[in-house]
Amino acid sequence: MPAIMRRRTPEELLQQLQAEEAYEQTGRLKVFLGYASGVGKSFRMLDEGRRRHERGQDVVVGALQPKTSHEVEALLAKLPVIPLKTVDGIPVMDVPAILQRRPEVCLVDGLAYDNPPGAANPNRWQDVEQLLKAGISVITSVNIQYIDELRARIEKITGKKVTQTIPRSFLNSADEIVVVDAPPDMCISRASDDQADPGQASRAQKLSELREIALLLAADVVDRQLEAYLQRNGIASTFGTQERILVCLTPRANAGPMIESGRRNAERFHGDLTVAYVGQPELSSDDQAALDRNLAIARAANAHIEILDGEDAIQTILKFARERGITQIFVGHSTHEGWWERLTGTPLDHLIRGANDIDVRIFPH
Amino acid sequence: MADRPPPGKLKIYLGYAAGVGKTYQMLEEAQELKRRGRDVVIGYFEPHGRQDTIARTEGLEIIPRRKFDYRGTVFEEMDTDAILRRRPQVCVVDEFPHTNVPGSERVKRWQDVEVLIDAGIDVLTTMNIQHLESLNDQVWQITGVRVRETIPDWVMQRADQVVMVDLTPRALLNRLARGVVYPPDKAKKALEHFFQESTLVALRELALRQTAHEVEIRQVDYDSPGFQEITPNGDESGEAPRSVDRILILVTPDPSSAMLIRRGKRVADYLHADCFAVAVSRDNDLGDLDLPEREALERHLNFARNLHIEARVLQGQDVANTLVEFARLNGITHLLVARPTQHQKPKLFGRAVVQEVVRLARDMQVMIVADRGSRAHSQ
Repeated sequence: MPAIMRRRTPEELLQQLQAEEAYEQTGRLKVFLGYASGVGKSFRMLDEGRRRHERGQDVVVGALQPKTSHEVEALLAKLPVIPLKTVDGIPVMDVPAILQRRPEVCLVDGLAYDNPPGAANPNRWQDVEQLLKAGISVITSVNIQYIDELRARIEKITGKKVTQTIPRSFLNSADEIVVVDAPPDMCISRASDDQADPGQASRAQKLSELREIALLLAADVVDRQLEAYLQRNGIASTFGTQERILVCLTPRANAGPMIESGRRNAERFHGDLTVAYVGQPELSSDDQAALDRNLAIARAANAHIEILDGEDAIQTILKFARERGITQIFVGHSTHEGWWERLTGTPLDHLIRGANDIDVRIFPH
Repeated sequence: MADRPPPGKLKIYLGYAAGVGKTYQMLEEAQELKRRGRDVVIGYFEPHGRQDTIARTEGLEIIPRRKFDYRGTVFEEMDTDAILRRRPQVCVVDEFPHTNVPGSERVKRWQDVEVLIDAGIDVLTTMNIQHLESLNDQVWQITGVRVRETIPDWVMQRADQVVMVDLTPRALLNRLARGVVYPPDKAKKALEHFFQESTLVALRELALRQTAHEVEIRQVDYDSPGFQEITPNGDESGEAPRSVDRILILVTPDPSSAMLIRRGKRVADYLHADCFAVAVSRDNDLGDLDLPEREALERHLNFARNLHIEARVLQGQDVANTLVEFARLNGITHLLVARPTQHQKPKLFGRAVVQEVVRLARDMQVMIVADRGSRAHSQ
């Protein structure tokens, strides 16, 4: 189906080959992502283990949480378990035993556990990395509250402090991520939510916020996978599944409102904000100062900032926008319009005509 | 009439392709509800020959379908009247976006579901993300398939709950290869269209983002008693919940109008903005347009109304002037126009409508909407 192919350089091809070779030798990581305890992450993980076991794969359980439900117990009975060992009274996954046993797939729960001093790795997620490197695939489950980068935000919602965490990069490295989306069931608790007690409403609100964070986190990981896939297959087109906003600066642009609107739009769409400026030779000191002020506003808005280089500003912007999968370009109105522009069109007209697959938003000056 | 029951609740199981397990999960919940003592029936169920799923219907009462004769072929549809007579507490309705056979009482199954909900029956239903109206152009870009059976966004917004049924594309492709999803001949066809890995990954991302959006809009319930206790995300910015943005879409007879309306509605929903649509005509009864143009324009205005956008025709000699004037009078913050089409290229000493709008509307944002009607890649 894909027709727009990007030609790759020999270096890129070599890099890809090496990456593919390394990839073939490592295990696959699959993560079940939940937003609260009790949504059924462990169950989903074990159930997948059971199904693979029934299809003839060599599956073992490497680590489980101490407290399990009846349903989980029933699943466990069907799978071989490599027991945890204890170091200083703390349960630790028995990595050497698993490596020796060499299963195809290992199930690992409680991913955020810290190992005690004296264990091979400080954290359980590093144990998992070790298994993956040894060519063993791992299926694991994790609650978003343990993602290091999300910790502060989630603590604000739950009021609960978390000490053990997993870096976000570990999640990004997963081959597959599944969100376990089981909202508090509304149809069942019908009687109770009609005359909702405040405690319950607040709990529901908190759960809903956590649920949104989990869904968006999964979407971001999936977006990376999509991009990697498109790149691997040399497809230059983008699908616009995530909104990506590009604000174009000029020294004279009224950048404040434009960047603020970009920030707000990116936030509402849960998208991404880039501010770009096409370098011009010989700026007056006034213009340079204005530009610096605008770039400071962009930094404050947490935008990615790009200084672009190109003779034709419009073509440079369009090329950059396509490379980055931009879905909306924000620009200011043209400031002046002489007889030449009347005849041939303003730069803005050229941008509008060139950006056929990208929205263009023109801001008042 | 006094003792009209409170409306039933609607729960949507949202997926991104056939075979991810929507119906299965819906039936699991139906079984669970039955165990807890609720009166559950199946109003419509599409088995697709999937044994696992069929097994989940065991013990649930199925309301027989109604048979229709249409042009010599017998079709079966959900028997809404029979369900109303039976009066269950919960009804399972598969394939929410389905279009009924001509001659049915209502055009769309979601309209049948509305009737059930109005009668106080809770409904569990299933749909895939590609059937959401505002994503229609994007789905076409991604898949090359123009989905005809769509659900207006406001119908989904009205649901009490949207749940994502997630499965990784790789697991789905495995299922397809094992023949769990379709019989072999159909599976082969599916692999050539929707079931390409990049397509599935993109659709899945859209479904995840849409579900997150659906979760978010249900949070902004500032009247709920528990609200004061928690800190919403946008707290520091002091953003008021009421909409500050007002979006106006310029509708024309050009086919790009449908795309413009969908995009405008989507942007409006995400920005929590009000959304309006207008067409400009020199005559007040559209007499300046020829018949096909007038029909196209009316179709587009009705399309906008179906998506719950207030739409009307303005009278004026100059399109750009009339539009911008109206926008100013109505406090519009964003004007949405389609890209100039090939034959509207600027002439010497003359301008296309878009250029004229951009020139006149210097005090508001003008958004020239991308052409999502052409595909990023060909088949």
